[in-house]
Order: sequence, then C-alpha cells, then structure tokens
Amino acid sequence: MTSLVIEARGLRRDFAISKRIGRFRRQRSVVTAVDGIDLQIEAGEMLGYLGPNGAGKSTTIKMFTGVLRPTAGHLRVCGLVPVTQRRQLARQIGVVFGQRSQLWWDLPLRDSFELARHIWRVPPADHAARLARFVRELDLSFLDTPVRQLSLGQRMRAELTIALLHGPRVVFLDEPTIGLDVLSKQAVRAFLTELRDRGDTTVVLTTHDLSDIERLCRRLVVIDHGRVVHDGTLESLHARYGSRRAVVATLEEPLAEPVRLPGVDLVQSSADGRVLTFSLDGSRTPAGQLVATLAALGSLRDISIAEPAIEDVIARLYAGTA
Amino acid sequence: MNVAFVSSRVRVEVATAVALARAGFRRYATYRQATLAAAATNSVFGFLRCFVLLAVAAADPATPTAGYTAEQLALYTWVSQALIGVVALWGWTDLSDRIRTGDVVSDLLRPIHPVLSYLYVDFGRAAYAALTRFVVPIAVGALAFSLYVPRQPATYPLFVLSVLLAVVVTFAARYLVNAVGFWLLDTRGVLMAWTVGTTLLTGLAFPVQFIPGWLPTVIWVATPFPSMMQAPLDVIVERGSSLSLVAEVAGQTAWAAVLLGLCWLVQRRATAKLVVQGG
Amino acid sequence: MAYRASFAIDLAVNAFVPLLDVATVIVLFQVTPDIGGFGADEVLVMFGLSALCFALADVAVGQIEKIRIFVRTGLMDAVLARPLSALGQLLCADLPLRKVSRVAVAFVILVVAVARAPIELTPARLALLIVAPVAGAVLFGAIFVATATVAFWWIDSGEFANALTYGGRDFTSFPVTVYGRVFRYLFAYGLGFAFVSYYPTLALLGRSDPLGAPAVLAWSSPVVAVPAALVASVIWRFGVRRYRSTGS
Repeated sequence: MTSLVIEARGLRRDFAISKRIGRFRRQRSVVTAVDGIDLQIEAGEMLGYLGPNGAGKSTTIKMFTGVLRPTAGHLRVCGLVPVTQRRQLARQIGVVFGQRSQLWWDLPLRDSFELARHIWRVPPADHAARLARFVRELDLSFLDTPVRQLSLGQRMRAELTIALLHGPRVVFLDEPTIGLDVLSKQAVRAFLTELRDRGDTTVVLTTHDLSDIERLCRRLVVIDHGRVVHDGTLESLHARYGSRRAVVATLEEPLAEPVRLPGVDLVQSSADGRVLTFSLDGSRTPAGQLVATLAALGSLRDISIAEPAIEDVIARLYAGTA
Repeated sequence: MNVAFVSSRVRVEVATAVALARAGFRRYATYRQATLAAAATNSVFGFLRCFVLLAVAAADPATPTAGYTAEQLALYTWVSQALIGVVALWGWTDLSDRIRTGDVVSDLLRPIHPVLSYLYVDFGRAAYAALTRFVVPIAVGALAFSLYVPRQPATYPLFVLSVLLAVVVTFAARYLVNAVGFWLLDTRGVLMAWTVGTTLLTGLAFPVQFIPGWLPTVIWVATPFPSMMQAPLDVIVERGSSLSLVAEVAGQTAWAAVLLGLCWLVQRRATAKLVVQGG
Repeated sequence: MAYRASFAIDLAVNAFVPLLDVATVIVLFQVTPDIGGFGADEVLVMFGLSALCFALADVAVGQIEKIRIFVRTGLMDAVLARPLSALGQLLCADLPLRKVSRVAVAFVILVVAVARAPIELTPARLALLIVAPVAGAVLFGAIFVATATVAFWWIDSGEFANALTYGGRDFTSFPVTVYGRVFRYLFAYGLGFAFVSYYPTLALLGRSDPLGAPAVLAWSSPVVAVPAALVASVIWRFGVRRYRSTGS
C-alpha cells in the first residue's frame, strides 16, 4: 500500500492549435503544454509548485483534478485515474482555483457550507467540528453575508474552507493569496502553516508569491516549458544556482586594502568608503570568514547579512531555461 | 445488494436533493419584487387570454369547443398563466451562462452528477413559484370570472402529479437547450425553435386540440411540448374521459424519462469534450 | 462577411415573431367562425394593423428597454452627463435593424388581410391605411417610453412593463368587443389602445361600432397619438429630473 498521493510518470499534454492564415487556409500545429512530468507526492506533504506564466502549472493541476485528459503518461491521484474516476476522486480532493468559485453565489456563505456537507456526504459531527475550527482559524465572521457581497480576502478564506470541509486527502491551491490584503494574506498563511504542521492533508500550492513558498513549503517543484527543472528543497535550489547573499558592513574607517576572497565581490561602496556592500557566494566563502576578515582588516562597527533573495534565484532559473 | 446499504444511500441522496432544493427555493425567494411583477403580468395576460377564449366559445354557447366548455376554457387560461412560472418556460440560462464563463468546470469538481444538481435546485425554484406565481393568477381569475370547478376528487392529486412531471419535462428540455452552448456559440436558431414550440405547442396560446385534423396527436407523441403544460391543464379542467387524462399523464412520464435520458447522454458527451479541450 | 451572415440569421429569427402571433389567430378561427362579432378576415385586418404598429414602434423606440440595464450598470449617469438628449442617446445607442424583418412580415400580413377582407378602398381609407400604422406606432412608442421611465424608480418593474407593452399588442390584435367592461375602459380608452387597430379597422370596413361609439372616433387615431406622445414625454422628463436629483 503506497503512501503516494500523487503519482505521475511521463505525464504529457498536447494542445491542437488551429490558426487561420489568410482567408481560407488553416494552419494546424501542436503545442505541448506539459512535456513528460515525473512527480511523486507523499501523504502530508506541502509542495510548492512554481513556474513562469505558460509553464504548464495550471495544465498539470487540471490533469491532477480530472478536468483535463492527459495526452500520454501514467497518472494516479489517491490511487484513482483522475479523468475516468472523476466523481469518485472529487470526494477525496479539495480545490481552490483562483478565478473559479466553488461557492453558491446568491446565498449566504453558511448555506454554501451546508450544501457542501450534503454533496460531499460529510458526517454531521465531523462537519460541525471542522467548520468551528475553520471559523476560528480563518476568522470567518461573515457567515451570513451573501457570497456575492464578500470581499476578495473573505472569499478566498471561504474557498479554502469549502475545499477542506470534507477532510480531503489532498487539496490543490491555485494562487490562494493573490490580490489579498495584508491581513488576509497573513491569516491564510497562518492557516496553511497550521495545516502543514497537522500533517493529515497533502497540499499542492501553486503560487507566484515567493514569500509564500519560503514560509510554507519544504519541497519545491519548479516547472518551465512543461518540464520539471527543479524538485527539492529551497536550500538545494539556492545551492544549485549559486545564490548570493548581500552583506553590508559599516566600518569606523575605510579599508586600507580591498577584500580578496573567493566568491566575495564588492558591489557598492558609500562615498566616504565606510559602508560597503558585498555579494557573497556562500558555497565558496562562508559568511563567517568574510566577517572575520573584515574585522581583522578594519574596525567593524556593524554588519548585516541578508538571506539570498528567492526572487533572484527564480528569475535566474527562469531566464536560464528560456 | 445489501438492503441497509441501499436504503442508507437513498436517504443520503434524498437529503442532498432536499438541501439543494432548499437552496433553490431560498435563492428565488430573494427576487421578491421580480416575482410580484411577474405574477401581476401573468394576471394581466390571464385577462387578455380569458376574454378571447370566452369569445371563441361564445360563438356557439351550446356546444363545447374542441371538447372544452366556456367555463373550462376560463379555468384553462388562468391555470396556464399560473403554471408559466412553475415550469419556467422561459428565462432559464443557468447552464448556458456557466458554459460561457467557464464556471461549468466547477460543476465537474463536485461529487454529484451535474444534471441531478441542477434538477434538485429547479425543484426548489418550482416550489417557490408554486407558492407565489401559481396562486396569484388563480386567485385573480377566480374573483373576476366564473371558473370551472373540478368535480372528481381524483383530479387534484392527479393534477399535482401532472405538474411535477411537467416541471421535470420542462427542466430537461431547458437543460438540453442550454447544453447546446457546449458545442455552438450561436444558439439563436435553437432559441427561436424553443420559442415557437413553447408558444404554439404547449397549450399556452390555445389548447393543442384547437389545431385541426391529426396534427394534435402528432404533436403529443412527437414533441415534449404538450407535456409541459397541456397535460396538467387538461387534467384540472377534466377534459374528456379519465382514460384520456391518464394517458396524457403517462405520456408526460414517458417524455420525462426520454428527456432526462437525453440530458444524461448529452452531459456525458459534453464532459468528454471539456476534458479533451481543457476547462 | 461573418457579420452579414449573422445579421441574416437575426433577420430570419425576428421574422418568425409576427408569424407566431398570426398562427394563433388562424388556429382560433379553426374552431369558431366568429370572435366578438367579427369574422376571420376582419380580425386579421385588426391583427395586421396591430402587428405593424407594434413592430414599427419596436424598431423606433424599442431600445428604451435597455434603460433598465443602463440604470443598473450606472451607464445612465454617463448618458445624462452629456449635453445631448438622453432619450436620443438611448434610442440611437443601438438601432435594432434586425427587427425590421418584423415590420416587413407584419406589413405583408396586413396587406393580405386587407385584400381578403370586404373593404371598399376609398381615397380616405387609403390615407387611413398610411396614417393609422404611424399613429398606432406613436401610441405604442408612448407606452414604451412611459413604462421604461418607471424603471428609473422601480428597477424590478421591467417584468410588469411587459403587461402593458406586449399585453397591449395582444389586446389590439382582437376586437375590443371581447373584453369585459372594466378591462376595456382601462386598456381600450384609458391607455388608448382601441385607437391602434380597432377603430381604424371599423373605419376600413365601414362598420359601426357595436359598442356604440360615434363614427368619427373610428378615424381619430392620429388625434389620440399626439396627446399620448406628449404625456409620455412629460413622464420621461419628470423621470430624468427625478433620477438626476436623487441619483438612484
């Protein structure tokens, strides 16, 4: 009995594009949106799914949820074949798609949750307990407001709730924090952290918000042009792409001689030479060694070491595979 | 097949149906002003149609017209206006709207058959209409005219059954008309055919029996339209023999089964198309 | 080219509308020789006239229905902000040319009906045949504008406006003699619908009104159309002013 919740081998999806040329002729071409993806996701993981626009992220998610038939490859989600066993699979998954809503538009939010209880056949006690928990964790103080009148932040929290209300084994979140105000974003992030720590739900989180990834996901899958280009931790991503950290040193007096260490570049110097900004490649020179060197060379008054910006490594990764 | 399992599944399904029907009821209950305006409009048209049909009958007061006496025709027109809202002959675009916006994909992500979920909601809608748009025109008609009063006690439950079937038949037909949007962007031809059928062949503008010759029989057998309104109308005015009325209701049952079956088939095709092309 | 094909479909679809209605009249006469004291050919004249008046009004003023959408979406404010007649803007926003096919079909029906009916065409009657459709269209147009103006105040009233507009069309398709007294006073005289098709048809047929109205009334549809238009424009202006001041 495998604990693999999602198992994809050689997953492929082609789209037939028909373009009109001139007045009568049509040019048919095939666009491969997903080009042989291998992915194995264990129960309880929270996985960040990244990629530039058009990389094939939503296409993959649609195939996982059964609303898109793969062109080729092996795919099992919760042990089921998504497209052919869609309704059965729907009982075990939860979905939050950015533009699409799973809520009933004209009715108070409370009614959507009641309907979900029936449609997903949730035992009343479980439903009540889970709903109480979500109301508390996501601050759902607007249960009696018609869904049509909810703000985006409120609606997102409601979508999360309805996706998780039936206790699915895996939940797919497509850009859950996009466009949210700061408070809502925090609430959602805290909620997802709780969810991850509880460990009973597998989460596939698609997002462009890299701080989401940093805070929530231990595992990161980056896809580009339909292929997986990285599958591992954030650290391994930094290591692989030689991410650099910014080190800002404030000195009593300018340095007598420049710092010469492998992987250390002086990026910026203030006019009086007292505030120096270095770009540090941690794999070649540890940060501690740079600090010690600076202290030895001059009178070090203050130092700050920043984490490598995830935006940088992602941008470089996207650019590198372009 | 374990009996306990089957009965518990049935219970769960019924609970789901009731929950969705309640949602439909509550949704339409929020449109109070529009419902009132619609009921008032139905009442005005009730007057217009009733006077005309009474004038038709008045040419030869002694003989029933195509099997309807004047009082039967009066009741007929008022109940027909009352039923328009209950079966929702026009104006239902829930499915075609969702197809256009792409929201229909969300329907696929729920563990319930789309046709069933729309049907249950429609029951709720019909229930609300039965309490509002059905009652008002009949009350107005009864006050303004002397309406035929059904004599047989069996008529009333048969009428309720016939209306229920009419709701199902009309729902399924509407669903199919909406579902055309899965394949065609331009549905004007289909919509015009629907308008023609629902105006001329449902018994709304005139009883189908007014049409001369064997055409009425063809219309009954070959189209679902009389099963949408003509059948319950004939039942409530007690036109003809009990046998013919039971036959009409049986015809409704057959059409309900056929159309629901078509809905199921069309939905399967549509889903296959969606998953191939991409939601 | 695709646009032209689409427009052709629009025209065809719209052509069906008066055909549906005339089918109803024809079917009714399958089961009776007489409606309200008038025979099939006579009622068809009434129907043809009614259909033509309505179709003309629909093309000219039918767009006013859109006002509900304008008010709901707030576009009305943009319209009122411009230094042009609000009514003019609404009507010209999108001239429903596709409805012209309704006018054409209704015209054909009227011509056929007049040919079949026992009408002695005198110059006066010919003039009436030209004036009556216009006068009737003005009357329907006035009803359209007045009921649409109420949409300013009661957004969901659109449904009920149909009772007076489409109801009016149904009303004028048949002789006024079929309707009960109260209803008749309301629609035929109160709203003036009797002047659209009933009275002109009486004049064309050379029949006297079974209801006993003086013969001159049969010829006076133009006289009634003018005050109707005035009343409608007053209602419209009042509605716009009220909307402007309350903003809702």
